[in-house]
Amino acid sequence: MSFTAPDIAWGALSPVLIVLAAGVLGVLAEAFVPDRARRPVQLTLTFGALVGSIVAVAALWSGVKSDGGHDVLDGSLLVDGPTLVLQGAIAVLTLLALLVVADRTATGEDAFAPTAASVPGSEYEELARSKGITQTEVYPLLLLATGGMMILPATGDLLTLFVALEVLSLPLYLLTGMARRRRLLSQEAALKYFLLGAFASALLIFGVALLYGYSGSLRYAEIAVAVGDPSSLDGLLLVGSVLLLVGLLFKVGAVPFHAWTPDVYQGAPTPITGFMAACTKIAAFGALLRVYYTVFPGLQWDLDVLLWTVAIATMVLGTVVALVQTDIKRLLAYSSIAHAGFVLTGVIALDEAGITAVLFYLLAYGVATIGAFGIVWLVRERSVVPLGAAADGDDNTLADDEGGDLRTTVLGEATHLSQWAGLGRTSPVLAGAFALFLLSFAGIPLTAGFIGKFAVFSAAVEGGAWPLALVGVLSSAAAAFFYVRIIVLMYFTPAAHEATQEGAVPATAAGTPAAAEPAAAEGTDVALATEGGTTAVATLVEPSAPTTTTTVVPSEGLAAVAIGVCALVTVVLGVFPTPVLDLISDVARFLP
Amino acid sequence: MSPDFPWLTTLIAWPVLGALLLWFAPKALRPRARVLALGIALVELVVAVLAITAFDTADAGSVQLLETHRWIPAIGASYAVGVDGVGIALIAMSVLLVPLVVLAGWREQGSDTTSSDALRKYLALVIVLEAFIVAVFAARDVFLFYVLFEAMLIPVYFMIGGFGGAGRRYAAVKFLLFSLAGGLIMLIGVIALYLQGPGGPDGFLTEKLTGVALDPTTEKWLFVAFFVAFAIKAPMFPVHTWLPDAAEQAPAGTSTLLVGVLDKVGTFGMLTLCLPLFPNASRWAAPTIIVLAVVSILYGALLAIGQKDLMRLIAYTSVSHFGFIVLGIFAFTSTSIAGSSFYMVNHGLSTGALFLLAGFLVARRGSQQIADFGGLAKLVPVLAGLFLVSGLSALSLPGLSTFVSEFMVIVGTFGRHPAAAIVATLGVVLAAIYVLWTYQRIFSGTPRDELAGMRDVTATERWAVAPLIAAMLVLGFVPAPALDLVRPPAHVTLDVIDVEDAPAAAALEGSDQ
Repeated sequence: MSFTAPDIAWGALSPVLIVLAAGVLGVLAEAFVPDRARRPVQLTLTFGALVGSIVAVAALWSGVKSDGGHDVLDGSLLVDGPTLVLQGAIAVLTLLALLVVADRTATGEDAFAPTAASVPGSEYEELARSKGITQTEVYPLLLLATGGMMILPATGDLLTLFVALEVLSLPLYLLTGMARRRRLLSQEAALKYFLLGAFASALLIFGVALLYGYSGSLRYAEIAVAVGDPSSLDGLLLVGSVLLLVGLLFKVGAVPFHAWTPDVYQGAPTPITGFMAACTKIAAFGALLRVYYTVFPGLQWDLDVLLWTVAIATMVLGTVVALVQTDIKRLLAYSSIAHAGFVLTGVIALDEAGITAVLFYLLAYGVATIGAFGIVWLVRERSVVPLGAAADGDDNTLADDEGGDLRTTVLGEATHLSQWAGLGRTSPVLAGAFALFLLSFAGIPLTAGFIGKFAVFSAAVEGGAWPLALVGVLSSAAAAFFYVRIIVLMYFTPAAHEATQEGAVPATAAGTPAAAEPAAAEGTDVALATEGGTTAVATLVEPSAPTTTTTVVPSEGLAAVAIGVCALVTVVLGVFPTPVLDLISDVARFLP
Repeated sequence: MSPDFPWLTTLIAWPVLGALLLWFAPKALRPRARVLALGIALVELVVAVLAITAFDTADAGSVQLLETHRWIPAIGASYAVGVDGVGIALIAMSVLLVPLVVLAGWREQGSDTTSSDALRKYLALVIVLEAFIVAVFAARDVFLFYVLFEAMLIPVYFMIGGFGGAGRRYAAVKFLLFSLAGGLIMLIGVIALYLQGPGGPDGFLTEKLTGVALDPTTEKWLFVAFFVAFAIKAPMFPVHTWLPDAAEQAPAGTSTLLVGVLDKVGTFGMLTLCLPLFPNASRWAAPTIIVLAVVSILYGALLAIGQKDLMRLIAYTSVSHFGFIVLGIFAFTSTSIAGSSFYMVNHGLSTGALFLLAGFLVARRGSQQIADFGGLAKLVPVLAGLFLVSGLSALSLPGLSTFVSEFMVIVGTFGRHPAAAIVATLGVVLAAIYVLWTYQRIFSGTPRDELAGMRDVTATERWAVAPLIAAMLVLGFVPAPALDLVRPPAHVTLDVIDVEDAPAAAALEGSDQ
């Protein structure tokens, strides 16, 4: 038996390799670079890797455009047009997300726990906090997740698909649990994400096994041939393909596999939520597109039932549940579920226009999402506490704030909707950008979201799926309501103190995380929460003592750049989408 | 003037630039925002006059000043603007109203320094809305029309929600959601229409989509998708409920533009999109729509009589008037369609004047309740006189321009649907009640004590309303120039929908001048 080394086209692999190699280097840097230099080194490395990856995609572009692409590593990676578009989009959006992640704001604190491994509320944690420790391990984790995302839609092999899914998921589970504030909520989210994600991975790998059993191969192309060739093993094929799709639908957050989305979006550090919402969705939809377009076209009639049901349920449920949300992060989570439904209508269209439409939609949505979460990251609670009372979190002293001897502490994100009231007056530019992103989510013309929506709906109608487009349009109309509600809050509602007294924002000024925790975790951590719990109750019965106000912390500059770029792209893609649409549609063909 | 100059693009681009200038004005210019806004609006008016001179009136039935450029070839959308007689008449009416609204809004947001920033932003919204208005009346591409139709909601939304009365949030959201719902249903129609048409990189051009042979069932569905959006916008019974709320809460200037101009986009859409694109379905739906239009006329008038709030009252009179416009459009005679087109212009003038005058009254009294007024004729005689003339215009008194158009609608309709015309005439009687009774309650009798000392109209306010009254009188006595603009397009429309002109209407052709 002789082993022939595969011929590796390093150039075609470079977008992925650069990112993954930089991720590994980043891990080494964590170990060997001295503490003080770590942040600049990690930032430079991450930034450089993403830019390098974008350059690599650009360098491959013209070749793929002329010859339609080719497979690398014997089909493990398919470097074709959609691959490059998706990898480019993921790299660009990660770059934007990185700017938000890296921003420590004027408070000097990033979004991540000083020691993620410490037990919330322990002395060790308090020690780490008081020493002002900050971690930089998020950067390599971010790069590794990005590497997985770039492989996921590019692969033409079911086993690689599974590996890529894990490579992108594991760092995300970790990142989810690393929030600096509301750590119990964050850790709970991470655990939920991990458990449900592991479950979905199991379903996916089971589907892969069944498909292998049916076709005798893991390659997309060979399975596609076997699909067109009916045999007695149809049961294996059907169950296998459904399980495979379920695994991917879980990652895009489609109903009924969406249960993790609101909790994880809420619990994860806000900059990570933005990254996750934008980039995971792109990667998973990319993989879904490739699987649906190249492996299962022969099964379309059977799978349509599943996908139509999922798409309709996703649009309707995402919209309806979002209507009643009171937390901005949960609201954006449900809105992202609804958006997954809209994108699915484009996937189902099953034609070339559908590919372009889906890719454009994902780009428009991703840009607005990163911008929106970037803004959520900057809108904070601020406690108004007399000096000396801050450390023990005792609320008896809170009622009197006329002494002039006040200390204000910037706390975590002000995520309750009522805290956003009047933002349009206090920070008009930020609120304007947020309103723009919301209008783009709602699909109002002259924003990128509209062109995206128009493209997927017209692809759906063209593909004969007009009932889906109709449901999509109706849920868009309903969805407009909750987007507009936030605009009403920001612009037309005065930022009265009464708004914070409705019991919705019970968290008081808290020196210790244990006191801040229960309000956020909504009573799930009662054991830890006795002190904070009574505080919250006390605030409820004593409405004349506003303890937190909403403030916008100035960004260090990085997040401001990211938000500005996102806003600009949202407008430009809304008014002059032609260059990008042409760019995508030029290459929107999958390798068989 | 040269017809080759991009007049319409200039008319669209100038207010956009002006609004940006207002919004991002350097500190030194900010206190002068009002003068700046007025200047921008007046320049726009001058450009519009020049554009009208470039427009060949003898050929008003064809689309002129046409500019076509590729915009988003990937989805078939072009930037195509051009106007026929109706389009240019409506643009002229709109650009006349905007400077008057700016002028009337002089005191609307208060004159103290704290709110001057708000006033500047309000005026910037008014000016940017002007760009959308001109563009939507000029759009010759269905996609472009749709984009503008939806996008123009946003400035209006902020105008109502940011600067309106106590219930402004509710009113603004209701306005936006009604309009968005209609618009999104239309979106499906827009997509499906493109797929039925010839397609290609400029497949959304109105001319390419006109005369496409459609499957009868598809055509009906498409017609319904478009018509519902326009009926909400217009607004017609039974989807009119957002208008009274919006008009009640919005600043008077916003109501003027909203009812006087924006709602015309609905009827304009019926006339220039529904009829030519879906001729068969239009004929199929006409009987139902005529019934709804007649219901709108009577229902709007009856509710207007019952209103206690002055702004709501004017809003309901508009529901009634829009009923007349829709009736004329779907009666399918050259006289009625021309009458409706002319009515759109006149309604903008008369309702605009009414809203502005009502705004003056409300600013003085601090209340919109009719019951809070009384006997004002002795205190503010000029205001009373102006209000009476505008009111008489709303009830179509001969000698004022609205009479000509309402008469044409009724006569034209009579040739095709006598019953509808007769019932609609009742609307004229009811109009007399709501106008005169309102005048009586506000201006007649002995002045109430708490109203003593109310100031009559200022010079600025006089200038804001005088051009409208002058236009109503001029067009009332010499309607021919305006009719020359709207008649030929009416004939073109009839040709497209393939309907014979009604004999009664044809006989009238030469007799009403």
